Amino acid sequence: MAELTYRDAVIRGIAQEMARDEDVVFLGEDVAKAGGVFKATVGLYEQFGSLRVRDTPISEQAILGAAMGAAMTGLKPIAEIMFSDFFAVCFDYIANEFPKSRYMTNGQTKCPLVVRTGNGAGSRFGAQHSQSVENWCMMIPGLKVVAPSSPIDVIGLLAASVRDPDPVIFLEHKSLYATKGEVPDGEILDKLGTAKILRPGKDATIVALALMVPRALAAAEKLAKEEGIDCEVIDVRSLVPLDTQTILASVAKTHRCFSVEENPRLCGWGAEIMSIIADEAFYDLDGPLVRITTPHCPLPAADILEDAILPTVDRIADRVKRTLQA
Amino acid sequence: MSKKPAQSPALNDDIGEDTRLELYRSQVNIREAEQRAFDLFLQNLVKGTSHLSLGQEAVAAGFAVAMKKGDLSFCTYRGHAHTLARGVPVEKVLGELMQRDNGLMRGKGGSMHLTSEEHGVMGSYAIIGAHLPIACGAAWRAQYKKQDDVSVCFFGDGTTNIGAFHEALNFAAVWKLPVVFVCENNLYMEYTPIADVTAVPSPAGDRASAYGLEKIVIDGNDADVVYRAALKAYDKARSGGGPSLIECLTYRHSGHSRADPAKYRPEGELEKWKERDPIKIYRERLKAFGIGDDVIAKIDADVKRVVDEATEACKASPNPPMSILTTDVYADGGFAWRN
Repeated sequence: MAELTYRDAVIRGIAQEMARDEDVVFLGEDVAKAGGVFKATVGLYEQFGSLRVRDTPISEQAILGAAMGAAMTGLKPIAEIMFSDFFAVCFDYIANEFPKSRYMTNGQTKCPLVVRTGNGAGSRFGAQHSQSVENWCMMIPGLKVVAPSSPIDVIGLLAASVRDPDPVIFLEHKSLYATKGEVPDGEILDKLGTAKILRPGKDATIVALALMVPRALAAAEKLAKEEGIDCEVIDVRSLVPLDTQTILASVAKTHRCFSVEENPRLCGWGAEIMSIIADEAFYDLDGPLVRITTPHCPLPAADILEDAILPTVDRIADRVKRTLQA
Repeated sequence: MSKKPAQSPALNDDIGEDTRLELYRSQVNIREAEQRAFDLFLQNLVKGTSHLSLGQEAVAAGFAVAMKKGDLSFCTYRGHAHTLARGVPVEKVLGELMQRDNGLMRGKGGSMHLTSEEHGVMGSYAIIGAHLPIACGAAWRAQYKKQDDVSVCFFGDGTTNIGAFHEALNFAAVWKLPVVFVCENNLYMEYTPIADVTAVPSPAGDRASAYGLEKIVIDGNDADVVYRAALKAYDKARSGGGPSLIECLTYRHSGHSRADPAKYRPEGELEKWKERDPIKIYRERLKAFGIGDDVIAKIDADVKRVVDEATEACKASPNPPMSILTTDVYADGGFAWRN
């Protein structure tokens, strides 16, 4: 057991899979010799060499296209897109190519690859380097979408993603890279499509993802301490496949559900979960389904503004409290 | 810069009779199958869209015949010709165009996505430029695994103006990938003359130097010229020499798609190019080599018979069953996204 940062967990996760399988190769901008702009790939080039860890030009279409061609013909590529906002310049692969090739070819074409990317706000980078784009990916049939919140989940879910036969979008949160957590020694392999109950509770369910997970946990502690409200906090972890059973079972117990989403409000991932609850667990509910999200607004650069636009611990706690007391 | 193609080399025997007959058969097969597709469209039996390569057969035949088994083709939505040229049965192609259960992908892909991995046809891509980086990736795999196959990527002149073209060319050159980029310059991006929207006279050839590549512009209507250029590029790729970019000058006899009567052409242009019809050129070539009319007529008749039989088989084939509606979205065979 060792304490590891989320950033070092990325390195360890990639290294674990590259050491296990020679077909795993890694490409992206500044990822090899420079070790990545977030220092989340330091040492991989030295450990695995220039044939397996490759720097690319600033050509996001070439990166994702090459990953796909390699995946179709026998490799298991991990491609890095530095900031998830850049998905917009290579979205053809994410929306049209990876996810549709198997279906269109009646099952002939395979596409086992992972796209890692730095997602989310908190770095004061402004509207084009801070977005949470999980909902861009979640809506596309054929993709899997994963967003870990802790170092141990980074390793286990990254390993599961690399070993998965489908294209996986792996969203690392930039504001979590420096966070730490306990990680056991040896190989770590998790399972896609499994949510985790991080804090059991009886009064309300809070579902959260990535950076919103530690905030939801802190809000739950605050509510318990200050209001005597006992919240169950679920880390969704995997949007596709989605572990609805864990969420539905929790709602059956607490009769309340809140989502905490960093993505802007419209069509955020929580809307899908809430619609499932409304459809399948309506009579379990004692109150409205409430989404706590970033508003329908681009992200500002200034720290004071960026801090105010995302769901905060106080905002989450306040909204849960007001709803339960209404 | 004139659009005049390079001169055909003098008749010689470096290609040989068997290969020439194969080149001829391939071109006639494409012509016959695509003409049939057009006829079936007029009978409302080919649905959706379709993009024919009538007049461009020498490019598909020349590159495909020069390939080895295991080489990979990446095509565009105008991909029937390249698919047929790799030996995919006509029935499978027409069946897909007719959206029947006997189609190559049982109707799930349609005309623009013909794929037959067992024949090395790694997909037909309907988003302009998308497959150039994908071909790079397949070539990267060959390089990494020390396999000697070549990835061959076909596209039109219009593709040279999209970003993915330039990203892929640079990427392939920097990584020295065993990939051959083949631009079929048929003079029209879709409905608009390529010269009206391109800063240089040779849309591919004049871009080659930007990526440290040789400018190669060839007569795309002469299958011998195409075949020789293909062999040279494949040899270079297999021996670690990196990518090639080859611009083939050709002309499509039909419109961009089935919706296009091609009224934008200047008067007489089509007729002029039909004098340089690749099949006409090649029939004369065979005769010049002393191949008899009877041999040529037998190939023509064999091809027509196969296309006739394929047509009947497709007409008799049922529609795809509802049981395949949501299969193969994910690798587990289904489309489940939740538990």
